Amino acid sequence: MAVPEITESYTGSVNRLTLGATSQSGGTRATTVVVGGAANVVYGGSDTQAGERPVIAIDVLDSRPNDWPEYLSEPYKDVLDSPAAWAKKCVDEFGAEIICLKFDGIHPEKGDKGADHAVSVTREVLEAVGVPLILWGCGNDEKDNQIMPKVSEAAKGENCLIGTVTEGNYKSLTAIALADGHNLITEAPLDINIGKQVNILAADMGFPLEKIVTFQDTGALGYGVEYSYSIQERQRLAALSGDKMMAMPVICDVGHEAWRAKEAKSEDAPDWGRADKRGPMWEAATAICLLQAGADILRMRHPKAISTVKDFINELW
Amino acid sequence: MIAIGERINGMFGDVKQAIADKDKKVIQDLAAAQTDAGATYLDVNVGTAAADQEATMSWLVETIQETCRTPLSLDSQKPDVIAAGLKVADTSGGILLNSSPLNKKSDEEVLDRYIEMADGAGPDGKLITLTMDKNGVPQDVDTRVAVAAEIVQKAMEKGFGTDRLFIDPIILPINVPNAQIQPTNILDAIGQIKYLADPAPHITMGLSNLSQGTTQRSLINRVFLSMALSHGADSAIVDVLDDKLMEVLATTEILLNKQLYSDSYLKAYRSG
Repeated sequence: MAVPEITESYTGSVNRLTLGATSQSGGTRATTVVVGGAANVVYGGSDTQAGERPVIAIDVLDSRPNDWPEYLSEPYKDVLDSPAAWAKKCVDEFGAEIICLKFDGIHPEKGDKGADHAVSVTREVLEAVGVPLILWGCGNDEKDNQIMPKVSEAAKGENCLIGTVTEGNYKSLTAIALADGHNLITEAPLDINIGKQVNILAADMGFPLEKIVTFQDTGALGYGVEYSYSIQERQRLAALSGDKMMAMPVICDVGHEAWRAKEAKSEDAPDWGRADKRGPMWEAATAICLLQAGADILRMRHPKAISTVKDFINELW
Repeated sequence: MIAIGERINGMFGDVKQAIADKDKKVIQDLAAAQTDAGATYLDVNVGTAAADQEATMSWLVETIQETCRTPLSLDSQKPDVIAAGLKVADTSGGILLNSSPLNKKSDEEVLDRYIEMADGAGPDGKLITLTMDKNGVPQDVDTRVAVAAEIVQKAMEKGFGTDRLFIDPIILPINVPNAQIQPTNILDAIGQIKYLADPAPHITMGLSNLSQGTTQRSLINRVFLSMALSHGADSAIVDVLDDKLMEVLATTEILLNKQLYSDSYLKAYRSG
């Protein structure tokens, strides 16, 4: 008896989006990255329906982090004071395809640095590496609205991915990203309905839906990864059913979230196994779980976790 | 929902006049407006006034496709009129043929011909069929379902996928004597027709027919649309330019969990 064909077919697909602009497209990037494009559920359907291979963006902070556990900062100890050297190390040694420049240092409680600092860091990193950039604010609405438009302008023409905009704070960054030709990250607090709403609001300002990446908030293993998983899965199904407001590629903040878990960072817990291995494993396990929920871009931190997840991606895509 | 825009029909005064005057702009404006309002297909019906129905169908199809890429629903009970439209239609984005009964006294093989035309229009060629046979329009649930079953069987015999088949259980005006039982009959029939095949055939209906001659046309149409969708219909031939109707449609899809809710879901529906 023949095996019945049970492959589901769908009417919609996830948008394909290019990050970075080379000199032919008005930028200075040496490489560009295409994400998205899936036309089926993860691992469902044929190879051609799988879309683009998921990519890892390695985090580089604009200022030296003072709350990173030793096992996380150790691989970067010689570059933590120089975002440009840090970014270069991520590309040259750890194979970063994208650098996520995270502006923690502009947060009022984490340094409260100004626009001059943020702009010069952006320029230095653009100069130091040829990969596309993600430019991610600090999460304080007032500071982000004040500084991120300047950061956007400093990277004009580079086709970066900039964010994040939320339901309550989307107008200024959406407008400047549109003016400077960047892609936009819309953020929602683990709430699929708000996730759709932010996309509608950005679209209503004239921002092209096909240049949006959604961030549904990430929970780490043991700290809500199941919520991220089910929301991303629901988003994929909505995209496949033809909902244009939900057909965006998905980004996850794996590194930051995984390393907040005590299981990842605690150095004084011999019963939990070796601390130098525990953190990278926690980060890798979180990432792999979210890949299965349809993540397109993973923000990550520890080189060992990154190489483990890269192997996983290369094995399956 | 698969919304089939009903306005390009020679039964409407403006369209009838445009056909008589060969006034392309009226037709093209209606095509654009219905597309903007969310029509999945644009129904094209020459009406009864045109002297040469085949030539009129060709003219309408060519006129619409000069400015609009929305797939068409060629609407005629005469296979030759459909064939005339098909001859000039761009079917690459899909096409719908509207419609054939199971059979007619005058033409036992009418459904075969419609299926062959739809099949010949490419993989996205689809067909609306009516739960009606040579004995006329059934009044009860069981006969409607029985006719639908014969239609499904015929499609399967001819290798025409049931997901390319639309079944219209035929809505009659609510204001004629003894017609008030019909909406419930139709809802019951819809529920049963969905189970005749896997994949299920689509269920559509000429919604505006329900309210013909009544004083509350839009209200009756939109309330019944919501009821029909909740019983399993997934398509209707409607006035997509009726904003209130389209808002009810968007809201029903939210309540049936067919679309994700968001505070601006109506805006999303209009722009989608």
